Amino acid sequence: MSGGTSEYSIAADGSFTAPLELSYPYKRTVGPILSRFLTGLRDQRIEGTKGSDGRVHVPPAEFDPITGDHLTEWVDVASTGTIVTWSWQPAPVEGNTLQHPFAWALISLDGADTNLLHAVDAGSADAIKTGMRVTARWAAEPSGSITDIVCFDLTSGSPA
Amino acid sequence: MREVAIIASAQADNTSTTTSTPVEMLIPVIQQVLANASMTKTDIGFWCHGSCDYMTGQPFSFVSAVDALGAWPPIIESHVEADGAFALYEAWMKIQTGEIDTALVFGNGRSSSGDINRILTLQLDPYVVGPLWPDDRSIAAMQARACLESGVVTERAMAEVAQRSHRNALTNPKALRRGDHSIEALMAAQLVADPLRELDCPAHADGVTAVIIAAGDRARSLAARPAWIRGIDHRIESQNLGNRSMTSLPSAALAAHKAGVANDKIDVAELHAPYSHQELLLTSALGLSESTTINPSGGALCANPMMSAGLARFAEAATRVMNGTADRAIGHASSGPWMQQNLVCVLEGE
Repeated sequence: MSGGTSEYSIAADGSFTAPLELSYPYKRTVGPILSRFLTGLRDQRIEGTKGSDGRVHVPPAEFDPITGDHLTEWVDVASTGTIVTWSWQPAPVEGNTLQHPFAWALISLDGADTNLLHAVDAGSADAIKTGMRVTARWAAEPSGSITDIVCFDLTSGSPA
Repeated sequence: MREVAIIASAQADNTSTTTSTPVEMLIPVIQQVLANASMTKTDIGFWCHGSCDYMTGQPFSFVSAVDALGAWPPIIESHVEADGAFALYEAWMKIQTGEIDTALVFGNGRSSSGDINRILTLQLDPYVVGPLWPDDRSIAAMQARACLESGVVTERAMAEVAQRSHRNALTNPKALRRGDHSIEALMAAQLVADPLRELDCPAHADGVTAVIIAAGDRARSLAARPAWIRGIDHRIESQNLGNRSMTSLPSAALAAHKAGVANDKIDVAELHAPYSHQELLLTSALGLSESTTINPSGGALCANPMMSAGLARFAEAATRVMNGTADRAIGHASSGPWMQQNLVCVLEGE
């Protein structure tokens, strides 16, 4: 964890305040479902899992939200989609994939039935609207992470 | 079911920053709630605490919090990594087992230790959402836009929530933020996370709340008019934001149904809705009518002390039943993005 103050200070009541930067430097295994999803991103491929009701979950659900069963059927979805809702990030923070003002959005990828949360490089809040089409911008050096999609760019065109 | 009632409460003044340690914050409030009930430590059968290590920046921080209670002679205590309202739910169940008749529950948090909007990112999915570092306001703002564009709420209705909350807080000395704002001024204010404005967002605070609950005749002996817990229920939405309704709160509606909200009229509802549009979603999910007074304390828009704001809602609702200004009230607590978790409690006088 980071992003806290790095300044020492003395409060009005005389209390001394010092920074405490905690981190979480561990390796974790993400299991078979997320492993396949994240490995796919490294290869510029977005996959989801199909639920018992036929809905395609992206990011993939490990267990069926209705029955609780393991989900094992994979479906390729597009790297293009439609903005379902959005908000504006006027001041990016450490860790954001973009370091200039951008939009957060839930994106309905073509072929998916759930929404993916990601950044949209829209330029300004006036330039983005719900219903606009977007396409993924891939990282130059992928690592098998959700950040292998740097962000989505606004595009023209209709659902694939 | 054993009858259980809230018989006393106490809250610290909410502050935007404090240099006190969690133990230093807790001690006066624990002492105050015992004094309010004319009880001593040995009268308490069970102690239950709600707090979060991410607020304190220290693993197992709740262990040191026991210093505020005094661990000798031995006490029976428990902890939830959640708002103190969920500790109250655990204590209520503990009383149901018949092992104890009284419990002191408390919640505390020091939001100012770090950047709270960033700390709240850590409650999101750690693999496919967290690495992008969306902050709490941005997450809430996406829900607000979906509500606005679907017509479930309006900007004016959101401003009316902010106006009423800040006006109500004028008479709440514990509130962090208060004021008399015109609708026009609220709607003209700068957007901080489009479409949200500053006064649509929670007033994050450092705070403490403590409540004492007791069973049956023990409660009647401790308070002139106990606030009886007639129903209490906790329900949860999916952790996957992309697979949730953005414009309704099915878990709150189910919890309200199970808690028996609709069995009779509700005089007062103290709702833990961190954002203005969320209060509108919640009143709809709970089925509240215009005859219910919402958040006479000012609610989370005027003081949102992490890990005690929910228990503070219970305390505020119980106070109004105990002082006779309400016969039937709701205490509500939430947590998680888009109010993922909802705990609904119906309180009645007799």
